[in-house]
Amino acid sequence: MIPTVALENVCCEYGAVKAVDGVDLALAAGEFFTLLGPSGSGKTTCLRMIGGFALPTSGRVLIEGRDLTDAPPYARPVNTVFQDYALFPHMNVRDNVAYGLMVRGVAKAERHRRAEQMLELVRLPGAGERRPGQLSGGQRQRVALARALINEPRVLLLDEPLGALDLKLREQMQAELKALQRRLGITFLFVTHDQHEALSMSDRVGVMNRGRLEQVGAPREVYDAPATRFVAEFVGAANLLEGELARRLAEGASCALLRPERIRLGPERGARAAGTVTDSQYFGSFVRLRVQIESATIAVDLHASAGPPPPNGARVGLHWSAAAIHRIENGTEDRR
Amino acid sequence: MSALALDAAPRPLRLRVSDALYRRRALLILLLLVPPMLWVGAVYVGSLTALLANSFFRLDDFTGQVVREVGFGNFAALLQGANVDVVLRTVTMALVVTGACIVLALPIAWYMARHASGTRKALLYLAIMLPLWSSYLVRLYAWKLLLAKEGAISWVLAKLHLSWLLEALLAAPVVGGHSLSFSPLGTFVVFVYLWLPFMILPIQAAFERVPASLVEASGDLGAHPAATFWRVVFPLAVPGIAAGSIFTFSLTLGDYIVPGVIGDSSMFIGQVVSLQQGTAGNVPLAAAMSLVPIAVIALFLWGAKRLGAFDAL
Amino acid sequence: MRSSAAPASPWLRVSAWTVVAFLHVPLALIVLYAFSAEDQSYVFPPPELTLRWFAVAWNDRPDVWRAIWLSLEVAAYSTGIALVLGTLAAGALARTQFFGREAISLLLILPIALPGIITGISLRSAYSTLGIPFSFWTIVLGHATFCVVVVFNNAVARLRRASPSLIEASMDLGADGFQTLRHVILPQLASALLAGGLLAFALSFDEVIVTTFTAGQQTTLPIWMLAELVRPRQRPVTNVVAVIIIALTFVPILAAYYLTRADEHGAR
Repeated sequence: MIPTVALENVCCEYGAVKAVDGVDLALAAGEFFTLLGPSGSGKTTCLRMIGGFALPTSGRVLIEGRDLTDAPPYARPVNTVFQDYALFPHMNVRDNVAYGLMVRGVAKAERHRRAEQMLELVRLPGAGERRPGQLSGGQRQRVALARALINEPRVLLLDEPLGALDLKLREQMQAELKALQRRLGITFLFVTHDQHEALSMSDRVGVMNRGRLEQVGAPREVYDAPATRFVAEFVGAANLLEGELARRLAEGASCALLRPERIRLGPERGARAAGTVTDSQYFGSFVRLRVQIESATIAVDLHASAGPPPPNGARVGLHWSAAAIHRIENGTEDRR
Repeated sequence: MSALALDAAPRPLRLRVSDALYRRRALLILLLLVPPMLWVGAVYVGSLTALLANSFFRLDDFTGQVVREVGFGNFAALLQGANVDVVLRTVTMALVVTGACIVLALPIAWYMARHASGTRKALLYLAIMLPLWSSYLVRLYAWKLLLAKEGAISWVLAKLHLSWLLEALLAAPVVGGHSLSFSPLGTFVVFVYLWLPFMILPIQAAFERVPASLVEASGDLGAHPAATFWRVVFPLAVPGIAAGSIFTFSLTLGDYIVPGVIGDSSMFIGQVVSLQQGTAGNVPLAAAMSLVPIAVIALFLWGAKRLGAFDAL
Repeated sequence: MRSSAAPASPWLRVSAWTVVAFLHVPLALIVLYAFSAEDQSYVFPPPELTLRWFAVAWNDRPDVWRAIWLSLEVAAYSTGIALVLGTLAAGALARTQFFGREAISLLLILPIALPGIITGISLRSAYSTLGIPFSFWTIVLGHATFCVVVVFNNAVARLRRASPSLIEASMDLGADGFQTLRHVILPQLASALLAGGLLAFALSFDEVIVTTFTAGQQTTLPIWMLAELVRPRQRPVTNVVAVIIIALTFVPILAAYYLTRADEHGAR
């Protein structure tokens, strides 16, 4: 099965800085793939290399098996939704959406018809006459989407498209994008620094840090079984056990992950570890306790239904199932 | 079909050129720069270099031709009495004009930046821009009308019974003259009038960049508005003042028309250059003389850069 | 900065408006003088007002009209050349970084930064050295050189303000370099080029110093005006011509101003 998009040992250097350092990636057809990472991790550079806006210094970019490493953007069956939407301010919405067809010589009547179709698809019917300056952020985003999709690309690249939207709108757009992708069946490559977005929308997630791809897998896999320290800490709240504690609690591992929500409070007798409550934070649907165990502080998330949390200074026992602890093999590698 | 059919037919020329230029950004920039650089480089820099090279040559008195031998005779001539006078006179005028422009520009620039808003600010801005861009000669001509013996200024002063003041000023040494329209005093007034907008706009822009919160904080800490102005705002506006001074200084230094029309017979650098080049045919000496304003401006620019003027431009 | 709610002190307000008056009263005076019936001196106040001199300028002074026509032609060609060269230079310099970029910017500014007389005599001696006779084109050559920077500044400012992803988006959607230029870049630049062109036109129309040295026998309007300043022929006609010049330069400046403002506030 030829991957729709493949990056083969791709490097991208700007002077002395390696923005992307030897990344191998393969996206399957019809997949919703998210590149997740902090700023400067190289995720946007990877997207730009696939789109043709940045040229790799070494390695290959293949799209449907063809080597398009050097090809300019207009020669790739790939379209992009930019972070700032990049709508052409001197054209109305309809001309914006129909742009891809216009430069390819499609007749006016035909391209106007298809533009209207696309606007309906993104739920902005009849907005054709308006100008980008008159639209709200969410509306502009839909226009950018319509404009990219009208060319029926094999791959749609989305560069942090939801960053500028407020929370409620963002959640709504997340659901819409996911539904759209399912409906169209094309490959989406989504770039974000927000791990909630990544986990909730994707078929697979690739976590990047400092130019390297640290782990690729399904959201559940990345969350429950992170391959490195960095992934463990970036993808969710984490208790990273190290040294003596890790050896004792995680069967001799040098580094282990224990998610706060997997820990239950119970009596000290029979608990895996015991300690003193030092602090608690209220988050609405859960309470995060900090429990001091020997030299380490462990975070414990208590669901709201578990009742009032123990007060500061109380001794508590921590219980968790054997499967809840996850060893991290290259955890001591210092990537910072 | 579209560009997507990459492997099918050979790509048309237009696309191949576009691909090549996309990949080789440097080539594209080079191609863009060739016409303007050729023009400015060949036409302007070329002739400028030729002129400056001339400053080292000399004029043969007998043949009237330029002798292309490197020598420093012209520079020696510059250091002689009459020429030194001219240079000093021009530089002094430039300094005095700059000073007067600063004094006049500060209130209006401050007013525009801080106390005018919306339509009034736009109107004021236009009010400054229009004289700036409208004809230099027309504005000069307007002053010739005003300064004439029978003109508006004399009439107003007569009505105010201040004619004696005018006589006294005109009788004064150095600045006085035959009439307002033929005196250094008149020249000074006209220069200030002509270059004032060049001083107002950078200072106003510099004032605009001072955050309102600084001014409010100063007031909050107990400073009187004047103190706030001199101690907080003015120092921050110095780059703008330096930027404006560059204009007024260099424009005065090189001008030969205003002194010719309004001034008396005392010469300014521009006039000497013009005369030497024209009637005397002594291009080498004219070239050497024109190095003086260039050198003075370069010095001034260096000083202005130290004061941060280029951050304001 | 935001303007303060506190009203300005009376002293400040008076100084500010006095300066505005100082700048505009002389121009207003010329307009007044254009209607003056007195033709021998600049007496104030004018004894009698008349429209006669407008008629004289219109009918009896072909030299005035020749000069105006020449100035318009020179300005048109210079602006055209400046538009092309300025846009090319702006395209190369607006968003790039390379060795020598600052030097090139300085080079473009030089013609307008150095005193006109230096530019004038450099060009003049270059023409005589190369044996080029003075003509319409020697004037245009000089004017175009300093008009380039006016267009350049406007174009660069516009290009810097535009989002860089616009070009990428255009290419992403299938437009090659030339199509992107035509459909995205030039439309964006249009208003800046218009404003720059108008300013360049006004600059060229008004220029006298460089023109004096590069014109030979030709008389542009400023040269005509300068001659009148030194040796007045018919003062009232000079006044009338001055008013015409004010009107002719007034319009493009206003237009350029509104274009630049609309650009900043409008289409984004």
